[in-house]
Amino acid sequence: MKEAYAGTLESGDIMIQIEPAETQGLTIELNSTVMYQFGEQIRNVITETLTDLGVTDALVKATDKGALDCTIRARVTAAAVRATGKDVWAD
Amino acid sequence: MNATLDRKDLIAAEAQKMGKAVFDENNLTKDATVKREAQKTSPKLATLEEAIRRSGLQDGMTISFHHHFRGGDRVVNLVVDKLAEMGFKNLSLAASSLQDVHAPLIEHIKSGVITSISTSGLRGKLADEISRGLMDVPVVFRSHGGRGSAIASGELHIDVAFIGASSSDPLGNACGFSRSENAKSICGSLGYALPDAQYADKVVILTDDLVPYPNTPNAISERNVDFVVEVESVGDSSKIASGAIRDTKNPRDILLAQQAAKVIVNSGYFNDGFSIQTGSGGASLAAVKYIRQSMIDKGIKASFALGGITAHMVKLHEEGLIDRLIDVQSFDRVAAESLMNDPKHKEVSANEYASADEPGSATHYLDIVILSALEVDTDFNVNVLVGSDGIIRGAIGGHPDTAADSALSIIVCPLLRGRIPCVVDKVTTLITPGKSVDVVVTEYGIAVNPARPEVAERLKKAGLKVVDIEWLKERAHKVIGQPAALPFGDKVVGVVMNRDGSVMDVIKNINA
Amino acid sequence: MMFVPGNNPAMMSDAHIYAPDSIMLDLEDSVSMAEKDAARLLVHHALKTIDYGNIEMVVRINPLNTPYGKKDVEAVVTAGVHVIRMPKTETAEEVVELEREIERVEERLGCVGRTQIMAAIESTKGIINAYAIATASKRMMGIALGAEDYCANLKTQRTTTGEELLLARQTIVVAARAAGIDALDTVFSNLNDMETFRREVELIKHLGFDGKSIINPRQIEIINEVFTPTQKDIDKARAICAAIKEAEAKGSGVIALNGKMIDKPVVIRAQRTIELAMAAGVIKEEDL
Repeated sequence: MKEAYAGTLESGDIMIQIEPAETQGLTIELNSTVMYQFGEQIRNVITETLTDLGVTDALVKATDKGALDCTIRARVTAAAVRATGKDVWAD
Repeated sequence: MNATLDRKDLIAAEAQKMGKAVFDENNLTKDATVKREAQKTSPKLATLEEAIRRSGLQDGMTISFHHHFRGGDRVVNLVVDKLAEMGFKNLSLAASSLQDVHAPLIEHIKSGVITSISTSGLRGKLADEISRGLMDVPVVFRSHGGRGSAIASGELHIDVAFIGASSSDPLGNACGFSRSENAKSICGSLGYALPDAQYADKVVILTDDLVPYPNTPNAISERNVDFVVEVESVGDSSKIASGAIRDTKNPRDILLAQQAAKVIVNSGYFNDGFSIQTGSGGASLAAVKYIRQSMIDKGIKASFALGGITAHMVKLHEEGLIDRLIDVQSFDRVAAESLMNDPKHKEVSANEYASADEPGSATHYLDIVILSALEVDTDFNVNVLVGSDGIIRGAIGGHPDTAADSALSIIVCPLLRGRIPCVVDKVTTLITPGKSVDVVVTEYGIAVNPARPEVAERLKKAGLKVVDIEWLKERAHKVIGQPAALPFGDKVVGVVMNRDGSVMDVIKNINA
Repeated sequence: MMFVPGNNPAMMSDAHIYAPDSIMLDLEDSVSMAEKDAARLLVHHALKTIDYGNIEMVVRINPLNTPYGKKDVEAVVTAGVHVIRMPKTETAEEVVELEREIERVEERLGCVGRTQIMAAIESTKGIINAYAIATASKRMMGIALGAEDYCANLKTQRTTTGEELLLARQTIVVAARAAGIDALDTVFSNLNDMETFRREVELIKHLGFDGKSIINPRQIEIINEVFTPTQKDIDKARAICAAIKEAEAKGSGVIALNGKMIDKPVVIRAQRTIELAMAAGVIKEEDL
């Protein structure tokens, strides 16, 4: 795995940066404009998406500007694909 | 025969009976100086420090300010800095509203210069700190009409009012614009400062354009003014009023504005001679543009437009579509200049604008008001003060006053602001009771208060998408998910007064 | 049909509130090469998650001869897109190739035949082949003009009056009508010139187009205004439709209104008026 990111800092988007982890498991550093209301939910979506992709150890830095869950899933997947080089689509 | 001499004894006798002195010609003096020079001065002229000293201000007293200079205001910070320097403590600050620019108050609160605040709203860093529990005494929030009532009734007693003005003569004839070539600032109406001028024990005018007597017509008369202080600047004019019509380009605001206009036109209240007010949101301002065409097409004219007056309203007035403008606050330069030049554009005090107990207040004669909201709940209660993150970020303004008194109140707000829902189960803070809210316009549909079935019927007949407010709430949940509860603490940081003087809600501190 | 850049989540989640007839999420020209993968995922998840109601969902994919095209097809077909818009279509064979790609994915999902195709014709060669393209697949639901590339190919520029596009527009309408599918006009990009936009919409309606592509919600109202039949037209059309029903009930082959016989083309026009009025929401099914 190499360092990679996806997403933007536009309103309604989320910027996801994935790095190889120094410790085991997923570490998520989250910054969000809707931290109080949705912080937990955003973490859950990130974890779930990465687990489904088979990414178990990584440092994730997320800067959220009020993205919906489907956007978070798309951005996390894009960052993971870029980091691992394994695409989700068959050629 | 000298007649006066003849009556001398009689004069003395009558004077004695009345307990009065006999006239002595030697007491008369004649001032022969050229009066033009005299027009430039008066005993009321003072430095800020002198004015404060001579006003008799003491620790523990109440001082007041207006917010007509909006984000450009320099008066509050200038005066409170001076009060701190002079060693005052434990003062109450009664502002008509406070803005981002007033963040320096944080230090004055920490050092005990200011220990209590009443206002219509709070924004920025000051609001943030207060929301987290900066003050021991809760901030008292009142609507503009409510503040006017509280001042008039003595419930909110002001010891010294500090009133910024764009021009004043040395006697205190002052207004929110200036006709002199040295004009530095223009804010238009001084409506929110007029109750202070009328009821405060002492009134200090601060102006950056001291003009010779008489500065007329004026908003504040010399008879209400004790001191006049000339200052370098009352505010940053670029932040006081923008130059021209601000037309929103945001497609969602345009959509909301078009929907709101359709609601107005089909509400049953869009008749010749109707009256209207718009709030300050982009969509509610833009709605005026869209009802204009309907007014022309149907030959309908408004008798007056009320409230915060905007360039849009002035345009309709000048086109003959609105007969009179009643202005408590001029939202932009165009409105401010219209107020200065047009006698049909009337300046009113907060009381005459929106006080519940003022029989002649203009809101009592209002048909339609378009307002914005941070949150509306399924009982149609509205919050315009506290953000969905629990942090104070707005102002009550005239929201509850106009909603309560108008025949039809229309709230225009997006269902979703990013991931924040605007139609919710329960508002974070109650500002305008649902009983006075009639229609809620969102981009997903229009909800009508069940108390107004006739309005719902008219809108449906016009082909508008009328939906249940519960449906709107559910729709929002489906898109964004269920927000977690806010981490409120147990300290009361704000008290929300109803316009009738009763306590309606409290704001708790936010832990985060 | 409202164009929405495929890498802009805020616009993608908001687009449906303006109630366009269809939304086209774009993976092609509005997405940079470096973001093709991210936009594809974003479009995939948006289609799967966001409730677009009754709006027809279209995705413009990248051409199949780029490294992105086939992945685009897989991502949007698995997400259940209604229509794939193929850019820069020049020949019927390209449509057949796209159909093959779609079918491959649909077979795996067990939903063969679900996805429709719209071809954008953006070159002189494409215009020459318009009818062949329009009839290349049973999945074809419409053909659209892409005027910018077409004009470049023609070695001319777009004007506000559109003479340079006349042949292309008419060819597309004729081909679409002959094939029994929709004809869609090109975008108009100057948002500050609503007057010219309105004239262009009036022109293409007159030419017989079914609709127009737009780049901003502010353009929707004008299109609706132009395309919505007037109350007078609707009343007349309804009278004609009522006469048809009456004639059918009587078993009469001759349709008459106010004592005059009604020709077949008049009937077709009346039905079209009712269709447009219903599409614009001016009348509802239950009103008929």
